[in-house]
Amino acid sequence: MKQYIDQGKKDTRSGFGAGLLEAGRKDERIVALCADLTGSVKMDAFAKEFPERFFQCGIAEANMVGAAAGLAIAGKVAFLGSFAEFVTGRVYDQIRQEVCYGKTNVKIAASHAGLTVGEDGATHQTMEDVALMRALPGMVVLCPCDCNQTKAATLAAAAYDGPVYLRFGRPGVPNFTDPDQKFEIGKAVLLEEGKDVTVFATGHLVWEALQACAALEAEGISAEIIDIATIKPLDEAAVVASARKTGAVVVAEEHNMPGGLGELIAGVLAAQAPTPMEYVNGGDAFGQSGTPSELLKAYGLDAAGIVVAVKKVLARK
Amino acid sequence: MDSNKRSSFAEMAAQARRDIIRMVGAAKSGHPGGSLSSTDFLTVLFSDVMKQDAAGFTRDAKGKDAFILSAGHITPIYYSLLSLNGYIERDELATFRKFGTRLQGHPCVNGGVKGITQVSGSLGQGLSCALGIALAKKLDKEDNKVFVLVGDGESEEGQIWEAAMFAAHQKVDNVIAMTDWNGQQIDGTVENVGGLGDLKAKWEAFGWNVVFCEDGHDFAQICAAFDKALSACGKGKPVMILFKTEMGHGVDFMAGTCAWHGKAPAAEQVEAALKQLPTTKIGDFKM
Repeated sequence: MKQYIDQGKKDTRSGFGAGLLEAGRKDERIVALCADLTGSVKMDAFAKEFPERFFQCGIAEANMVGAAAGLAIAGKVAFLGSFAEFVTGRVYDQIRQEVCYGKTNVKIAASHAGLTVGEDGATHQTMEDVALMRALPGMVVLCPCDCNQTKAATLAAAAYDGPVYLRFGRPGVPNFTDPDQKFEIGKAVLLEEGKDVTVFATGHLVWEALQACAALEAEGISAEIIDIATIKPLDEAAVVASARKTGAVVVAEEHNMPGGLGELIAGVLAAQAPTPMEYVNGGDAFGQSGTPSELLKAYGLDAAGIVVAVKKVLARK
Repeated sequence: MDSNKRSSFAEMAAQARRDIIRMVGAAKSGHPGGSLSSTDFLTVLFSDVMKQDAAGFTRDAKGKDAFILSAGHITPIYYSLLSLNGYIERDELATFRKFGTRLQGHPCVNGGVKGITQVSGSLGQGLSCALGIALAKKLDKEDNKVFVLVGDGESEEGQIWEAAMFAAHQKVDNVIAMTDWNGQQIDGTVENVGGLGDLKAKWEAFGWNVVFCEDGHDFAQICAAFDKALSACGKGKPVMILFKTEMGHGVDFMAGTCAWHGKAPAAEQVEAALKQLPTTKIGDFKM
C-alpha cells in the first residue's frame, strides 16, 4: 500500500478554523456565530480579524440558528458553530425549519463530535448527530477525516449555496491528506485500492482504516479503503462499484448504528448490490468519560476493531 | 388622523376580515382567531408603514424593509394582505391550504410567493431570524427596518427570550417587533395556560424600548404606535410594540374566546360571520 505520512497530530477543528479564516478573507459575505465556545470551535481567529462579522450569541443555540438564517436570507454566508450535540439535537427543529425548509445558506460547524470529546462524557459525546442531520431534506453532511481535509471541506462548504452540516472533532489526530487538496462535495475519496474487501470509513476512523489496511496486508488480505468525506449526498456509484469489485464491505464510523453511515450504505447496497457487511460503530449506546484513545479502544472504533470486522465479513463471503 | 387614510385602512381591514372567513371556511381548516385580532395593525403596517413594495420584492429585502411572520399560523390575514397590496392575485386566496397551492397552511418559500421572506409555523423562531436580517442590514449600512410579529402565546417559547436578550445585547435598534396581545391560545387564556404576566415589564426588563398600544383595533392609536416605534429606532435598543387586541375581533361568536384559534367555521357559520362583516368596494376573491 501507499505510504501515508502523518504530518503531525492536529485536531480537525483547527482545520475548520483555518478554513473559516481563509474563506472569510476571500468572501466578505461570510459571517460567523458562536455560542460561548469560540476558542473550542476555533472561530477565534476569524472573530479577531473580522469582529464586525462575528456574532457572539451567548449560550443560546436556538436563537443562534435563527439569527444565522436571517443573516443568510439577507445575503450573508452564515457559519454557526458549537459542540456537535448543541447544534443538532438541541436545535433540531430550528435547523429543520429555519435552515432546511427555509432553504437558507447556513453552515453548521459541529465540533467535538463523537466519543473523542473524551473526559466530558456522554452528555457532550453525540453519536446520533449524523442520523439527525441526514434525515433533513436538502442538508449536505460532510465528515472530513483530518485537519487538512477539514480545512478543504470548510472552503467547499463556504462556496456551496445551501445548508451544510460540517462534522469534526476535538482531539489531535494524524494529519495525512494533501494540504492543498480540493474538496469535492458528494465525491468519495479512494485512498487505497484493494480486491478482497472494501472498508468505507468516515471522520477519525479513516486513519484507523489505513492502519488496519497495513495490518491486513501483512496477513495477505487486500483491503480497499474509501474515505466517505461526504455522507450526504452519498457517492452511491463509488460505493456500489467498490462493493461489486471486492464482494465484502465494512463500514467504520465514530457514530451509532441507527441512522449512521453503516445503515446508509447498507440501504444502498441492499437495493443495488447486496453484499455481506459488517459494521464498526458505537452500536446503540451512550458514551462515557475517558481519554479519546481509551474510548475508541473500548468501543472497538480503531484499527483493531476494523481488522476484526474485516475477518468476520471475509468469512461470510 | 387623516380621514381618507382612516377610511382606506377601514376598507382594507374589512375586506381582509371577509377574506379570512371565506378562506378558512373554504379550506375547512385554518386559524381565524389570531388572524382577526391582528388584522387592523397589520393592515396599517402593510399599506402604510412598511417600505416594501410588491413589484420590487426580493427575499433578501435588499434596500427595503422586511417582514417576518413568526406566528406562522395566521396565514389567512397574511395572505389576504399580500393580495390586497398587490403581492399576489386576489383569486389565489381560493387555493389556501389546498393540495398543490403556494399558499400553504403555514408560510413556505418554495413557491416563490412575493412577500414571504421566511418559513414559519413551529413557534418562537421568527424573532431570531428577524434579528439576523436586521444585523445584516447594519453590516450593509442600510437604514431599513425589519418588522416581526409574534403571538402572545408564542412568547411562552424560550427562544423568544433568548432572542430578546441577544437583540438588546447586540443593540439591534433597526428591528420593530410586534406582539398581538389577544390573551388567548389553544387551551385557554394566555394567563391560565402560560402565565405570561406583565409583558410590558418583561420586555423592558430585557432591555427593549416598549411601545404600548391600548387598543390594537383603533387606527389612530395604531398609527401613533408605529410612529413612536419608528422614531425609537436607531437609539441603541430594539423596539417592541404591544398591541392589545381581541381574539376573533369583528365576528361576535368568535370574539374574546380561544375556541376559534384554529377552527374553521361551518358553512352556516361562514354565512353568519359574513353578515357581520361589511362588503367593500374591493370585492371578494373568486372561489
